[in-house]
Amino acid sequence: MMSDRRLSLLRIGAPFAVAVIVLGAWQLLVTMNRVPPYLVPSPVLVARTLYADRVLLAHSLGVTLGIALTALALATLAGVAAALLFVQSRWLEMSLFPYAILLQVTPIVSIAPLIIIWVHDTWAALVLCAVVVAIFPIISNTTLGLRSVDRGLLDLFRLARATRWQTLWRLRVPSALPYFFGGLRIASGLALIGAVVAEFVAGTGGQGAGLAYQILLAGIQLNIPRLFAALVLIALTGVALFAATVGVSRLALARWHESALSSES
Amino acid sequence: MNEGTSTSAGGASTGPAIVALRGVSKTYDNGTQALAGVDLDVRAGEFLTLVGPSGCGKSTLLHLIAGLARPSDGRIAWWDGGFDATGREGRRIGFVFQSPTLMPWASVATNVRLPLDLAGVPRATASAAVAAALARVGLAASTGDLPRQLSGGMQMRASIARALVTEPDLLLMDEPFGALDEFTRQRLDAELLDLWHAQRFTVVFVTHSIQEAVFLSTRVAVMAAHPGRILDARRVDAPYPRGDAFRLSPAFAALAQQVSASVASASVDTPPDTAVGAPRR
Repeated sequence: MMSDRRLSLLRIGAPFAVAVIVLGAWQLLVTMNRVPPYLVPSPVLVARTLYADRVLLAHSLGVTLGIALTALALATLAGVAAALLFVQSRWLEMSLFPYAILLQVTPIVSIAPLIIIWVHDTWAALVLCAVVVAIFPIISNTTLGLRSVDRGLLDLFRLARATRWQTLWRLRVPSALPYFFGGLRIASGLALIGAVVAEFVAGTGGQGAGLAYQILLAGIQLNIPRLFAALVLIALTGVALFAATVGVSRLALARWHESALSSES
Repeated sequence: MNEGTSTSAGGASTGPAIVALRGVSKTYDNGTQALAGVDLDVRAGEFLTLVGPSGCGKSTLLHLIAGLARPSDGRIAWWDGGFDATGREGRRIGFVFQSPTLMPWASVATNVRLPLDLAGVPRATASAAVAAALARVGLAASTGDLPRQLSGGMQMRASIARALVTEPDLLLMDEPFGALDEFTRQRLDAELLDLWHAQRFTVVFVTHSIQEAVFLSTRVAVMAAHPGRILDARRVDAPYPRGDAFRLSPAFAALAQQVSASVASASVDTPPDTAVGAPRR
């Protein structure tokens, strides 16, 4: 058994070492082979561009992050509401769940143009696209969780003649929390993907230009270092969103759920 | 209840019937017949044990008595409600499952308080009852712990405290100690018996251990499988409180032998060595 300290050191140290090795090799190969920056920029150049274009990129990051976070919040609210409805009646779930799946399996790039045409406000249209992408794991996981209740506890609630509301609030909701947070984790990444894809389709420039627009523009202008810089920011944003949801889930479940317990307790 | 407590020699089965089953059958949707033609009276103040091999419908019978399942055929009456009436209204039924079935996110005290919370009992009254129930099962020191911090035996105690906290009229126990080791099981058996002897609630207890059945009960109903049915019910005329001395007495051995014999007599499809009643788990 590894001690907790060594395990957490490994958890941070090992991926960091991989990054150092990969970036080092990349830098070395680009410099030695004199690869032009418009094909593959060196990591150092990307870092420099990140610093030089910081005002522009920070603004775009703010726009993209704003869309993704708003979409994640809306998807959470609407997804949980849908799951609560579904669990109240099998009938409702069977009628509506197939459409949730339909929404999930239809590629967002094919619906995004329609949404952008129909919704007048572009920002709202982008948010809506991201919601469509992110909502499914929330609905399906939360529904599963609300149904995955210990049979014995359910019998106990029936024996005590608990109301539907008591059973929901005191039994189903707490039982569903681990499942919900699993869904939230997936949805956080999807919300960002949805936001970026929708930005690509909409091609919003000017004040509303997000990171995807910077990538689009940099590609056209052959400003490949900036393209890479925007790409790095999107990836880091995705990781940060994931880490944030993991942190929230740890905080909420730390007291009791296996997924949040350290190996020694 | 007078009749129930008048003798100390296990004469509690003379109390009035609080649950009466007549010709009760249960067939599940998939066609398995769990019970066929069961007649049974549960009498006030008695400690009735249902014993039998796996698949004899013991748990099903308990769920029917609790009102958690409906019979496919036959009738069940609760207290003075009459057949097919709502005799369970206003009565408290406690249920202890095979596993502790505690809410993992809630403290021991919150778990035990659950039936009172669901019934809308004011918090102050409920907390006093919870403290008393936890003290009764020896968990007073674990009030604030989460279930996962307790051992299996302690979780089971919490589960029993939760069933007792409403001071139930009827306590149903479905192989509550089946998953515990033999030492813990014997200790909990003895403690349960002390509680029952002190308070005289009515217990229906399911087990597949003949020894456990004889040790605990005022009456043992022997069940057989395929289809599930009651073979016979015999009284255990040994005085309470019972302790290790009773477990080692010739009377105990003789009773266990009789129960084994009736289990074996019907267990055509069960090899004799599994019907002796050694705890199998």
